[in-house]
Amino acid sequence: MMVVTVVALARSRNLFAVVVLFGAYSFLMATVLVALDAVDVAMTEAAVGAGISTVLFLGALHLCRSEEAKPAHRPLIPLALASGVGALLVYGSLGLPAFSDPTAPIHTHVAPRYLNEGPKETGVPNVVTAVLASYRGYDTFGETTVVFTAGIGVIALLRRRNKNKAEQS
Amino acid sequence: MSTLAGYFSYAVTIFLLVAGLFIIIARGNLIKKMVGLGIFQTSVYLLYIAPGKLVGGTAPIIAPGFHVYSNPLPHVLILTAIVVGVATLALGLALAVRIHEAYGSIEEDEILEQDNADAGSKERGG
Repeated sequence: MMVVTVVALARSRNLFAVVVLFGAYSFLMATVLVALDAVDVAMTEAAVGAGISTVLFLGALHLCRSEEAKPAHRPLIPLALASGVGALLVYGSLGLPAFSDPTAPIHTHVAPRYLNEGPKETGVPNVVTAVLASYRGYDTFGETTVVFTAGIGVIALLRRRNKNKAEQS
Repeated sequence: MSTLAGYFSYAVTIFLLVAGLFIIIARGNLIKKMVGLGIFQTSVYLLYIAPGKLVGGTAPIIAPGFHVYSNPLPHVLILTAIVVGVATLALGLALAVRIHEAYGSIEEDEILEQDNADAGSKERGG
């Protein structure tokens, strides 16, 4: 179903339809994440991917045209390039451990320690929260910095526009 | 057969990644490019989350009666990635809106045409 949505996304030329399809795609992705036991990530994806992103896209569409022009040339070179990257990735994925393999390195390195010691050391039963806020707190700090910088960038870009408009009128 | 099923999640991830890459390169519309970037990002979420799942396990919230949990570390990393992704998206869309203000278009071809016409007239004038 996700694959069908993505193909429709790539073919559609009406940008409004593309944005609505992208929202539906985000909800599908959130459903898949619930099935993969990543409930915190699924909640964030549903709120941020399907909610905030869609609002941002619609705001941008309101300020621009909502119809995409026909491409001037056939997309043969991009198709070949993307397929080449895909073939390389398939070749690379052959060396990865199979799905849900309990002996894979991802399950034997630091994860058992977080799961065994996390509740004792932090007092939080949700291990994702414990790791996010306690063990890897610096990640969240860096993330806040990125969001702050992006906010400054957006303000700088859009404020200049208003000033130009005021000078023209 | 079981080996094929074991690689199904990688196949979906790779298809989404290739589709996102194709949209980014092949489409000239700037907003369509941002959608392609979003699809590319979600494929990476899947790449991180899928190996952390254990069949028969539950979400990593410690409770009595459960002993098998999925790996919490990729969840944390991807939570950060989602928020950073939305910040990048906002910045990219702001750039697209600004380009639309300056050129009256968000199509790559038309923007390049205008740029070339400007350079040509400048060369003739100087």
